[in-house]
Amino acid sequence: MLTIDKLCARVEEKEILKGLNLTVKPGEVHAIMGPNGAGKSTLGSVLAGREAFEVTGGSVTFNQQNLLELDVEARAHLGLFLAFQYPVEIPGVSNMEFLKASVDAVRKAQDKSELSSVEFMKMAREASKQVKLDQAFLKRGVNEGFSGGEKKRNEILQMMLLEPSLCILDETDSGLDIDALQTVADGVNAMRDTERSFIVVTHYQRLLDYIVPDYVHVLADGKIVKSGDKSLAKELEAKGYGWLEGEVA
Amino acid sequence: MSEQVEHLIRKDYAAGFHTAIDTETLPPGLNEDVVRFISAKKKEPEWLLEWRLQAFRAWQEMEEPDWAHLNYTAPDYQAISYFSTPKSMEDRPQSLDEVDPKLLETYEKLGIPLHEQEMLAGVAMDVVFDSVSVVTTFREKLAEAGVLFCSISEAVEKYPELVKKYLGSVVPQKDNYFAALNSAVFSDGSFVYIPKGVRCPMELSTYFRINEQNTGQFERTLIIAEEGSHVSYLEGCTAPMRDENQLHAAVVELVANDNAEIKYSTVQNWYPGDEEGKGGIYNFVTKRGVCHTSAKISWTQVETGSAVTWKYPSCVLRGDNSVGEFYSVALTNNYQQADTGTKMIHIGKNTRSTIISKGISAGKSQNVYRGLVRMNPGADGARNYTQCDSLLIGDRCGAHTFPYIESKNPSAVIEHEATTSKVSDDQMFLCQQRGLDPEKAVSMIVNGFCREVFKELPMEFAVEAGKLLEVSLEGSVG
Repeated sequence: MLTIDKLCARVEEKEILKGLNLTVKPGEVHAIMGPNGAGKSTLGSVLAGREAFEVTGGSVTFNQQNLLELDVEARAHLGLFLAFQYPVEIPGVSNMEFLKASVDAVRKAQDKSELSSVEFMKMAREASKQVKLDQAFLKRGVNEGFSGGEKKRNEILQMMLLEPSLCILDETDSGLDIDALQTVADGVNAMRDTERSFIVVTHYQRLLDYIVPDYVHVLADGKIVKSGDKSLAKELEAKGYGWLEGEVA
Repeated sequence: MSEQVEHLIRKDYAAGFHTAIDTETLPPGLNEDVVRFISAKKKEPEWLLEWRLQAFRAWQEMEEPDWAHLNYTAPDYQAISYFSTPKSMEDRPQSLDEVDPKLLETYEKLGIPLHEQEMLAGVAMDVVFDSVSVVTTFREKLAEAGVLFCSISEAVEKYPELVKKYLGSVVPQKDNYFAALNSAVFSDGSFVYIPKGVRCPMELSTYFRINEQNTGQFERTLIIAEEGSHVSYLEGCTAPMRDENQLHAAVVELVANDNAEIKYSTVQNWYPGDEEGKGGIYNFVTKRGVCHTSAKISWTQVETGSAVTWKYPSCVLRGDNSVGEFYSVALTNNYQQADTGTKMIHIGKNTRSTIISKGISAGKSQNVYRGLVRMNPGADGARNYTQCDSLLIGDRCGAHTFPYIESKNPSAVIEHEATTSKVSDDQMFLCQQRGLDPEKAVSMIVNGFCREVFKELPMEFAVEAGKLLEVSLEGSVG
């Protein structure tokens, strides 16, 4: 599904990713952990195609396509979804309008039939129930005046409606209380299936108690320095990242 | 983001075409004889000719204003032709079937087929093609309600007393340079009269077009709402592409008598010039309404066209408890310049006004909000609320706000809020990550920004306005 080979990227002259390798197969959940400044968030931005990030080397193949040569929206059309760490507000544009336009655009690109307003409303209501977001939020401006937790739940809501094949969650757990964390994790778990993959970027092992990964990778200094199963997360929690420094070299 | 914006901004003006129709056009130039010619051509009474001549003489003494934040070459008023009429109009068509097919074709291109419009939502059309009204529909239906809706020329002929009483009563001949010019040479426009207590049964709508090359457009609109009456008037326009700058100096006068309500909505999409700033319409408009006791006037405008816009729809709140509103979206792109806003003159007690202005600047354009709120000594308990928001797209455009506040009454309350924001990279990235192309993303963000104004527009206009913004923003994502 996704193959990242020796990926190098920089932002404003600063090298962030320095030869990152990662392979994700359909249905797998990969957790990316690592110290601050290791390049965790950069990975999500680069995969999604954010303009400020310049790819300086390596390749990324996603669903048999060269991901790096595609526009941001084309990547989304291919099924790549990025849940933002800090979802931005779009004042005056109702959440519903935004979601419909988004789902319409993606379905159209995927040659799927357009959903009628009624069908869509039904789906949206269902999904908002699942992430415990009151339906009133569908009528409000996109993230406008939402609390941190509401914004994150809104991201999961979008993910549910878009039905992507690869979901990248960028520190979705940051700023969430335990209840919200549970809700978000439930939403993610409900979407897990044999065809859909996840890359879960997080600082803390805690999220991985709720979303149990198949693999855990440690990202340090722009590279994956250690990979393992979920027990690696526990180990990191206990020992910190310091003990890995030897392995980085 | 800027490359995408660039690309979007560069879309061609969709309404840019020119219809070849025989017209009877006066050679360029302006003098008393021209004024007399226009008046004679329209078979006007002596008093109106005198009125025009007074305006012309005043205009000759006046200077073109230069206080606006606009940079343009003043039109050569002697190089403009002041009268033109489609020839087929000498015999006014009695139905659409008799209308010049070329004309109808023009409307088809603009997506406003008359046939449909006749039926559509009961909108009555007073279509202005160049300077002369071509077709007036729904007149009988309106007549049943006692509503008069016709061209101003026809009103002069049929209802001279009304015209004589109200023409120039809100915008005097010598009000300003452009109003004086208009008063001297106005060719045609709309006249609306709503009798006492009548609620106009349908929304009145006029589409304007500028067609004949080098022909200035001098529309004159007069709307009178008698005591307790209600009317909603829609004005929309678009123009064919051309190289020369075209002058447009319209005057609109609204009279809302006691307890009357006038809602005046405009969607303006005149040719803004090409991406180098060449060509485009010069739009110098004077719009003003007077509110008597407990009357209300609401101006809603969506301005996306013209190379240069100079326009301040205003309310004179003369009567106690009267209400003035101004909702505006002004979008400029490429080299467009807009200096627009409103004046709210509070004279009566407990008068209220609301100003919501949304300025969007893209490309290398300059967008100015200029507004005056004046509380006269007698305006006890008057209130004004102004909200003035600017949105910048790209980093080569400008947004400016010039609020003028004059309060001569200590009990008056004036509130002013202003914000400036940009379409951020984060917003664009979010939209695109969710599968929207940059053009759709920008138009969605901008439409959201304008929501408060759009909700004031009549339904069918709101949809049109949204589309118009999308077209006008082409090339603006940066």
